[in-house]
Amino acid sequence: MKIPFLHDRPDRPTRMISASILRSTFDRRAVVIGAVQGGIGVLLALRLGYLAIAQNEKYRLESESNRVNLTLVPPRRGWILDRNGAPLASNRADFRVDLIPERLQNADATIDRLGELLALEPARIADIKDKVETARGFQPVEVATGLRYEQFAALSVRLPDLPGVVPQRGFSRYYPTASSVGHLIGYVGPASAEEYEKDPNPLLITPGYKIGKDGLEKQFEKELRGVPGARRVEVTAGGRIVRDLETREDVQGAPIRLTIDGPLQDYAARRIGLESGSVVVMDCRSGDLLCMASMPSFDPNSFSDGIGGVEYGMLRDDERVPLRNKVLKGLYPPGSTVKPMVSMALMQAGVDPNETVFCGGGLQVGNRRFGCWNRRGHGSVDMAKGIYQSCDVYFYAMAQRVGMDPIAAMARRCGMGQEFPLPVTSQFFGTVPDAAWKMKKWGREWQAFDTVNATIGQGYMLSSPLQLAVMASRLATGRHVMPRLTLDTKPKGFETIDFPAEQVEYVRKAMSDVVNGPGTAGRARLPIDGTLMAGKTGTAQVVSLSISNGKSGPWKYRDHGLFIFFAPYDNPRYAGAVVIEHGGGSGAAYPIARDVMTFMFDPAKGLEALAALEAGWGGTAQQRLEARYAAYAAERGATVSRPPRRDEEIFDRVEAEARRAATQTDAIANEVIAPRPEANPSGTPPRAAATAQPAAPATPAVSAIAPVEVSE
Amino acid sequence: MNTLTARSGIVPEPIARQPWEMLIPLVLLTCFGGMVLYSAGGGAMDPFARSHFIRFAVFAVMTGIIASLPREAVRVLTYPGYVVVLLMLLGVEIVGQVGGGSQRWLEAGPIRIQPSEIMKPAVVLAMARFYETLPAGMIGSWRSVVPSGMLIMLPIGLVLMQPDLGTSVAIAFGGVVVMFLAGLPLWWFLLAGGAGIAAMPLIYFFALHDYQRARVTTFLDPENDPLGAGYHIAQSKIAIGSGGIFGKGFNNGTQSHLNYLPEPHTDFVFATMAEEWGLMGGLFVLTMYALILRWGWKVASESQDRFCALLAAGATATIFFYIAINLLMVMGMAPAKGIPLPWMSHGGSSMMTNMICIGLLMMVNRWNQAAPRRGLTV
Repeated sequence: MKIPFLHDRPDRPTRMISASILRSTFDRRAVVIGAVQGGIGVLLALRLGYLAIAQNEKYRLESESNRVNLTLVPPRRGWILDRNGAPLASNRADFRVDLIPERLQNADATIDRLGELLALEPARIADIKDKVETARGFQPVEVATGLRYEQFAALSVRLPDLPGVVPQRGFSRYYPTASSVGHLIGYVGPASAEEYEKDPNPLLITPGYKIGKDGLEKQFEKELRGVPGARRVEVTAGGRIVRDLETREDVQGAPIRLTIDGPLQDYAARRIGLESGSVVVMDCRSGDLLCMASMPSFDPNSFSDGIGGVEYGMLRDDERVPLRNKVLKGLYPPGSTVKPMVSMALMQAGVDPNETVFCGGGLQVGNRRFGCWNRRGHGSVDMAKGIYQSCDVYFYAMAQRVGMDPIAAMARRCGMGQEFPLPVTSQFFGTVPDAAWKMKKWGREWQAFDTVNATIGQGYMLSSPLQLAVMASRLATGRHVMPRLTLDTKPKGFETIDFPAEQVEYVRKAMSDVVNGPGTAGRARLPIDGTLMAGKTGTAQVVSLSISNGKSGPWKYRDHGLFIFFAPYDNPRYAGAVVIEHGGGSGAAYPIARDVMTFMFDPAKGLEALAALEAGWGGTAQQRLEARYAAYAAERGATVSRPPRRDEEIFDRVEAEARRAATQTDAIANEVIAPRPEANPSGTPPRAAATAQPAAPATPAVSAIAPVEVSE
Repeated sequence: MNTLTARSGIVPEPIARQPWEMLIPLVLLTCFGGMVLYSAGGGAMDPFARSHFIRFAVFAVMTGIIASLPREAVRVLTYPGYVVVLLMLLGVEIVGQVGGGSQRWLEAGPIRIQPSEIMKPAVVLAMARFYETLPAGMIGSWRSVVPSGMLIMLPIGLVLMQPDLGTSVAIAFGGVVVMFLAGLPLWWFLLAGGAGIAAMPLIYFFALHDYQRARVTTFLDPENDPLGAGYHIAQSKIAIGSGGIFGKGFNNGTQSHLNYLPEPHTDFVFATMAEEWGLMGGLFVLTMYALILRWGWKVASESQDRFCALLAAGATATIFFYIAINLLMVMGMAPAKGIPLPWMSHGGSSMMTNMICIGLLMMVNRWNQAAPRRGLTV
């Protein structure tokens, strides 16, 4: 490369540098600098053209994505309606605040400041801190919902100092009947990390968006979800919204129409009162499940706000397992409620209902003597008397004659041991034992005493309240009624006739006599002229006689009280089952069935009865739950342990505990069951026996079944 | 142009004599800059556009005064002027030390003077004066470089202490261009350039402040820090690129109006302009600068004596330095540095420096017209 100025140097010693040489050097070098400047100018122009033309597309997109902020508008969740269109789960517009953990700068200080601004309880603040600590960055954490406008405004103006805090107007789930529908409907909550991994939908991590966590909310998630709206806004670099560009409305999720009768569900749940149990009512003509109440329960409204440590602690420590849906996940020995079903099996096996058996208070089976609940004996007993007087000896004798197989087959045909095609997250289907089952499960031969135990609904036999209700409706109608929970499914099973009409008539009459005749549940008679309820009592022993007499002592050793029923008896419209855990006997169950049916036919009369009871109990179920929470929080609030991080852990625990509870009666399956007194024959005034059970929940129902006849 | 108007005789001679080939682009550019500032101010004259025009008017008067200075007065006043500005720079240091904190300006009533800005033309003047007086035979000896080196190094040292790297480089650039044009041996520049490149790592690791180092690393790897220092340049490129050929339209720039573009009225005014006026606006601005600079070189080449030639070339180079560094920066080809774009950016200091340079050029131009360069030099 030839550099034109370099010749200066070698020339220097020989040639004097004159002004004219300098001038020409200046001119040459000026041209060079000018050329360099021109070159830079051309470079700039080319660069400008490259950016503006070749890269235009890319930068225009980037500029748009700078300018336009797309936010998802969470869709309003579909309502869950009862059969008459009244909402069991709806949405309420409210002001809410969420936190986005990854945007928090000083989490503790921010949460404390929020607690101050929103006047949150210390327990709530501790819960939020705990959640923020364990949440993955993208998961929004709910701080509060249902804020007053002033709180919302006070918070909104302080937002610049509170990064990561998202106040917004939104909708929160609202369950008008609260704990009455807790187990049935379930609740909603923010998506967990697992749920987001499974369905990486940006909607799931939109603050304030919740998905169904349990029950029908979870089961119908897809239908209820709806389509999110979108809001395109122009924002400044600082995040301030300049204007709305375009808003696409969300599409609300589809409503789910249930067969549930909302008022009935609420009534039944409240009527269970201080007991722990469940009420199932079905429509015999369609299989509609009108009521699936399970109490005690949780308040889905407060669960949907996030399960607090205090609340969870209180529910978990309660031996009445308020987290378990007893309709589907409670398994109980059905006790004498199986007797109408066994009667059907006997008739199908050719037993003449008029044939009598002499009951002398017990029966020798092999080398053991099985007693009748009535130790003095019922004398001559035919099938009807066997049902309405619940004579155990009649069934011991007859069942031994036909064997277990026809009875087990009939039990299954009536719904025991069956799983129903219902949209529920899980249902237990219990046990209908027979020889094959026993060999498989326990590796032992079926014995005659197994038949004897099974025939009075003890031993290995286990069923859920739902199955008992289905059994009642199948016995009442003679048809293979299938339960249904949503109005858009077709009624099923009505073309299948299970039993001949005259057998149905016979059993109906005998079951009516349980209530309206000389039977064991005279107090269950409906206080409505012309409407007769039929039913069957059952008392299920849960522990060996050596541990408890089943009536008093520790709650968890007391007998279960059961009652299946239908009404009106001659043209059944409604059928159902009531199961009261450890209620001390069937006397805890049938007054509830009576009041529920009374409400069904005459709501005013039913409510009157309930109002009197609730006055004694200290308010409605929801009021009692809230009072209990306040007391628990006051007592234990500070020391309560943390709730599980994931709702799934709660479900797993509840499920495991439910399975363990269902095996409680295995221990006595091989024992001689001493049937509990069922009798409350009509006309015999119940003796007030409240003093006999000081530890028992002071319900009139329990005290009403004082064992008058027993003499041991 | 002056010859054209002179021939027609319609326009009075004092007006026709003015260098319209530079003045028209300059006024167009300033007006265009005012429009961009109007948009950057949210579509209003305040706070940027109005003061931009007022400053231009005020400094235009100053330019006229400079342009009319007589040759001898300038020759006499050059060194004292240089010393005064140097003392002002020293004053800044002292005030800064006393006040406990770094600052770059002196306050005199309502006027805030930034001596480092005045120093740029002052250095050029002093250098031109020095080489005018240096006998031609001494070019290439140590005497041709040590005094002039001192003239450059003293202000640079003071400015670096402020610390203001950009201005020091601008002062050095003006001074070195004058040295180069004065005819110093080329191999000196090559040697210095090579040494400078070799010293770069040392400078980077030992002489730069953290924020300056961040600018350099960001320039070398802009993706490294998209929300920090690289954010500025990334947003600037988005603004320019999204403008396309014809731009988004006056007052429709989203990058500037929604604050994505940092400093849309000062350092990144070109990006603000390019977003709204597109490639066409950019080429217009480049053309105007080209016309002004070409006139500057023309003035330099028409100068009759060494002082005028070096002064005009140095002033032109100083203006060029602003333009080039700023445009290279906004297009992502140089590290982000607070160097504004002449006549477009909002800000008094750079407007003053550039108007002084224009004034000096017009002054030389006037002298040239009074005594056109003949074949023979003095």
